[in-house]
Amino acid sequence: MIAIVDYGVGNLRSVQKGFERVGFEAIVTAETDVLRRVDGIVLPGVGAFRDAVSSLAKSGLGEELARNISKGKPFLGICLGLHLLFSESEEHGITRGLDIIPGRVAGLPSGVKVPHMGWNQVYKRRETPIFKGIADGSNFYFVHSYYAQPDDEAVVATTTEYGLEFTSSVCCDNLFGVQFHPEKSGEVGLKILKNFGELCD
Amino acid sequence: MLTKRVIPCLDVREGRVVKGIKFVNLRDAGDPVELAAAYDKAGADELVFLDITASYEKRGTMVEVASRTAEQVFIPYTVGGGIRSLEDIRKLLSAGADKVSLNTAAVQNPDLVREASRRYGCQCIVVAIDAKRIADSRCLPASACPPVPGVGRRARCWQAGQIADSSKSEMGKPSAIGHKPSAKWEVYINGGRTPTGLDAVEWAKKVADLGAGEILLTSMDRDGTKDGYDIELTRAITAAVNIPVIASGGAGKLEHFLEVIVEADADAVLAASLFHYGELTIKQLKEYLRDNGVPVRL
Repeated sequence: MIAIVDYGVGNLRSVQKGFERVGFEAIVTAETDVLRRVDGIVLPGVGAFRDAVSSLAKSGLGEELARNISKGKPFLGICLGLHLLFSESEEHGITRGLDIIPGRVAGLPSGVKVPHMGWNQVYKRRETPIFKGIADGSNFYFVHSYYAQPDDEAVVATTTEYGLEFTSSVCCDNLFGVQFHPEKSGEVGLKILKNFGELCD
Repeated sequence: MLTKRVIPCLDVREGRVVKGIKFVNLRDAGDPVELAAAYDKAGADELVFLDITASYEKRGTMVEVASRTAEQVFIPYTVGGGIRSLEDIRKLLSAGADKVSLNTAAVQNPDLVREASRRYGCQCIVVAIDAKRIADSRCLPASACPPVPGVGRRARCWQAGQIADSSKSEMGKPSAIGHKPSAKWEVYINGGRTPTGLDAVEWAKKVADLGAGEILLTSMDRDGTKDGYDIELTRAITAAVNIPVIASGGAGKLEHFLEVIVEADADAVLAASLFHYGELTIKQLKEYLRDNGVPVRL
């Protein structure tokens, strides 16, 4: 069973339906004891960084997520769910994140249209479990105005070009994070969800 | 590199697709969800559902369409038409829609754009602009006009019946009116029935400032003509804002899509009947664009 964390933002239904389509059961939950019981956790989300951080802090979900990640449970952060893993974000003033991955979240550079919206290519830095069977340079659907800058290059799994080369996914043992929306990226996106589901089994 | 998006648009009335659709292997060509899934398979990058339900009471069906679509379609989709309030937006987004498109309500209550963007994120707030060219608002330089007996050579500007007399402008200084391209477009609401007096370019800038994440721009002059997108209009809007612009209205053949992408810098192209009637497939269009140097997802 995979838990999709409900902390009041974003389109949770599509993520849930995506897992169901590839044969994995997923529940949407806001309860910490459910997170403890499941085999894998997905932190989805679109929206504002600051609101999300305060919602995770108030509910105790943030601490529970960190505990589960350190225990080795497979974890997938999507879009804002990726950003939240970082130390801090400069979205609307500096805000502290969950600080699980050292680094910061910065705004996309000027000179490109913001938000970065649409299908863009994802290039592998190395082979990682969630990109298993996915061709290098495949197109995924992005919608974001900020991007993650990990301090340690070693966590970078893929990069994408938009005004600059940015980190489009990270991988660190059991911890995965993607900037794009696998639940909105057609077949290749569903493949990511399937790969993640298999890691949770 | 960010690819250019190809977006089919489905008109839905009371939960059913209205325009006839020629698509192979469909059990029910009137079911928007089945069509959406077929377009997903055919390589569409996104989908737009336009709810043209006349009665407010029956609008709830669109929420049900959005939620059934979420179960079968794994590309982004937008729902537009008749959305009036934050509550309407919330219902559609929680049903699974990725974006909502606001048109009349945005003009009548611009704060709705701001509020919705703040609450749900700019990425899900599309403002649809229906724009119509103000008759013969283009000004021609004086040199292009034949001399008018008695008054000499004039810059002609037909807008509001003005005639600018460039013979009165200072020597060597071109008349401002005569040399400034000043085509203008007016924003219409209520499905194109009501003029608003708003200038389309100014309105586009305003909604971008209010927090719209994208503009769906329809040329009313070109819509349904198959004469091609309004390049000048699209260019004017893409140059004025820093958010993505979807061009709509007038696509009739492959070249039209290329033209609006290359010459007007459109981020996405939308069409309806051309795809529905099978005159053009998404794949044909994308291969054509690719062969002409436009990045697409194939």
